[in-house]
Amino acid sequence: MPLSYQNPVYPYRRNADQDRSGGHHPVVIVGGGMVGLGMAVDLAWRGVASVVLDDNNTVSVGSRAICHAKRALEIYDRWGIADRLRGKGILWNLGRVFLRDRQIYDFNLQPEEGHAWPAFINLQQYYLEEYLVDAALASGLVDLRWKNEVAGIRQLPVGVELDIVTPDGAYSIACDWLIACDGAGSVVRRTLGLEFDGKIFEDRFLIADVQMKAEFPTERWFWFDPPFNPGQSALLHRQADDVFRIDLQLGADADPEVERQPERVIPRLRAMLGPDMPFELDWVSVYTFCCRRLERFRHGRVVFAGDSAHQVSPFGARGGNGGVQDVDNLGWKLALVLSGAAPESLIDSYDAERIPAADENILNSTRSTDFISPKNGASRAFRDAALELAASHAFARPLVNSGRLSRPHAYAASPLSTADRDAFVAGPAPGAPLIDAPVEAAGGDWLLHHMATGFTALVFGDVSPRDRARLAEGPVPISLCVVGEGAGSVRDAAGLIAGRYDGRAGTTYLVRPDQHVAARFRQFDVAALLEARDRAMGRVREAMA
Amino acid sequence: MNRLLTEPRLARADDLFEALVEAHRELDEAASDRLHARLVFVLANHIGDEAVVLEALAVARAAALE
Ligand SMILES: Cc1cc2nc3c(=O)[nH]c(=O)nc-3n(C[C@H](O)[C@H](O)[C@H](O)COP(=O)(O)OP(=O)(O)OC[C@H]3O[C@@H](n4cnc5c(N)ncnc54)[C@H](O)[C@@H]3O)c2cc1C
Repeated sequence: MPLSYQNPVYPYRRNADQDRSGGHHPVVIVGGGMVGLGMAVDLAWRGVASVVLDDNNTVSVGSRAICHAKRALEIYDRWGIADRLRGKGILWNLGRVFLRDRQIYDFNLQPEEGHAWPAFINLQQYYLEEYLVDAALASGLVDLRWKNEVAGIRQLPVGVELDIVTPDGAYSIACDWLIACDGAGSVVRRTLGLEFDGKIFEDRFLIADVQMKAEFPTERWFWFDPPFNPGQSALLHRQADDVFRIDLQLGADADPEVERQPERVIPRLRAMLGPDMPFELDWVSVYTFCCRRLERFRHGRVVFAGDSAHQVSPFGARGGNGGVQDVDNLGWKLALVLSGAAPESLIDSYDAERIPAADENILNSTRSTDFISPKNGASRAFRDAALELAASHAFARPLVNSGRLSRPHAYAASPLSTADRDAFVAGPAPGAPLIDAPVEAAGGDWLLHHMATGFTALVFGDVSPRDRARLAEGPVPISLCVVGEGAGSVRDAAGLIAGRYDGRAGTTYLVRPDQHVAARFRQFDVAALLEARDRAMGRVREAMA
Repeated sequence: MNRLLTEPRLARADDLFEALVEAHRELDEAASDRLHARLVFVLANHIGDEAVVLEALAVARAAALE
């Protein structure tokens, strides 16, 4: 248990399903980690109730995820918790790479002004989960059941049955949709007998959270072959509460049991931090990493999200950030299917979109880990050659890979997208997430705040009352966000919106409920928008002529 | 598209050969491997086209004798 943090204890409570048989719920989420809680909050935000079953009664024990990427922050902003992350966390954009005892280069992950969120906020995972629990409870739509361990599941012709173990004994419930967010060791995955294959890395890493009053700047520092950990690597991040995350590579031969003992850990940290720096050990763990995924994420009415579906090494912070984007992708689809507005096949597009996203995360994390822990003489020679050159030559810096930090995946080949027919020189293509930009308003405001819960047409110019009415019709209306000068418009004071979207009079983006682009047009055209919306809901399957 | 040139182009091949060998004379195996690798990166950047470099790699691999 960290010294700097007291884990909350959430109460186990009996629930009505324990006193009856035949309890049934539209959505049951297995696992109340950052992804399961995020799933519940996103669904609640869309008006959908869910039951969350967690085998524990607290948030993450020890920190694990600390780096929360810009896209995840935008999602947290929608859920109303991002300001708490900003208030408590450490904002950063800059990284430095060291070889032995000297810096070889630095990089800025967000060199451009005019974004609501920085490239990253560092905050211990347990705080994020606390905020998610608070948001879930505040919604009134999430039935959070602590100390409810899922022991097994059975797939029904339509739906799923679960066996749950509690301090009061076992009970069973059924659901229409089961979202498996039960982490890397997923019981749901094992019960279904699904293979979870990929690449396992041999090198061991010591991960320590250390409390100290140190002056290290709020930047990501990465060392190759530092004097304090020769032949290996090291990574330093600042977190909240004067806690620092230190990763020390130990090599393949290290004994994890021995290495996690304080009498081994403290001298290692002492060598890094210097003889005079007072520090306290908050939390220590020894890891090996792997990169792997399920072949498919949807299995009938069971859908996997987060670490139960895919796992990556932490270089690049793609695990938790990727998992949150899973539920960002799934929430609106599930809400539309449950309401009857979209066909059940819309859930298949979760596989079509999130599997390439997982592959992108796995590819990047695998390459980073291979670079950091070269496994043969040739890979070490190339690695060291790139580092040596990078010290004096800018051209070699892109070859150095200390982690390719989490970026949102653009769903380039999505069946939900309408392909561009018009030419654009800038702006997010169909499948890509929106790009935020400042909006002129008292106190400042941001474009993403003007996107609706459902579909939004982002229009440059003006829209007639008749067209407004047509977009508002039907069970799945399209909300409007007009960039212009008229009343109710979003004012593009800095000109950044027009620049980032190649926006001219008539330019229209159809934005999905997850703030990814479904389609874009040079001319505002209601019929084209409605057709693109239907395609984005899985209601139009054939390609557009 | 650029393509890899494989017709003879070096006028002073003996000089180049000697300079390459000479550069490795004092080096142990690991240092020698790193020098090769640095040279590859410098040349690849000069070429500036990954496809041409990969073509060169294929030519080099294929030329190995058992
Ligand atoms: C050292 C380290 C550093 C990392 N750093 C980062 C980072 O900087 N940024 C980042 O984005 N990611 C990072 N990650 C990855 C991140 O921690 C994971 O991707 C993330 O925790 C996945 O969330 P999850 O909710 O899917 O799974 P988990 O966090 O594992 O949560 C699973 C939940 O399910 C519950 N559960 C399990 N089985 C059952 C059951 N049978 N019944 C009921 N409940 C069950 C568990 O109690 C738990 O609450 C890091 C990971 C490690 C190990």
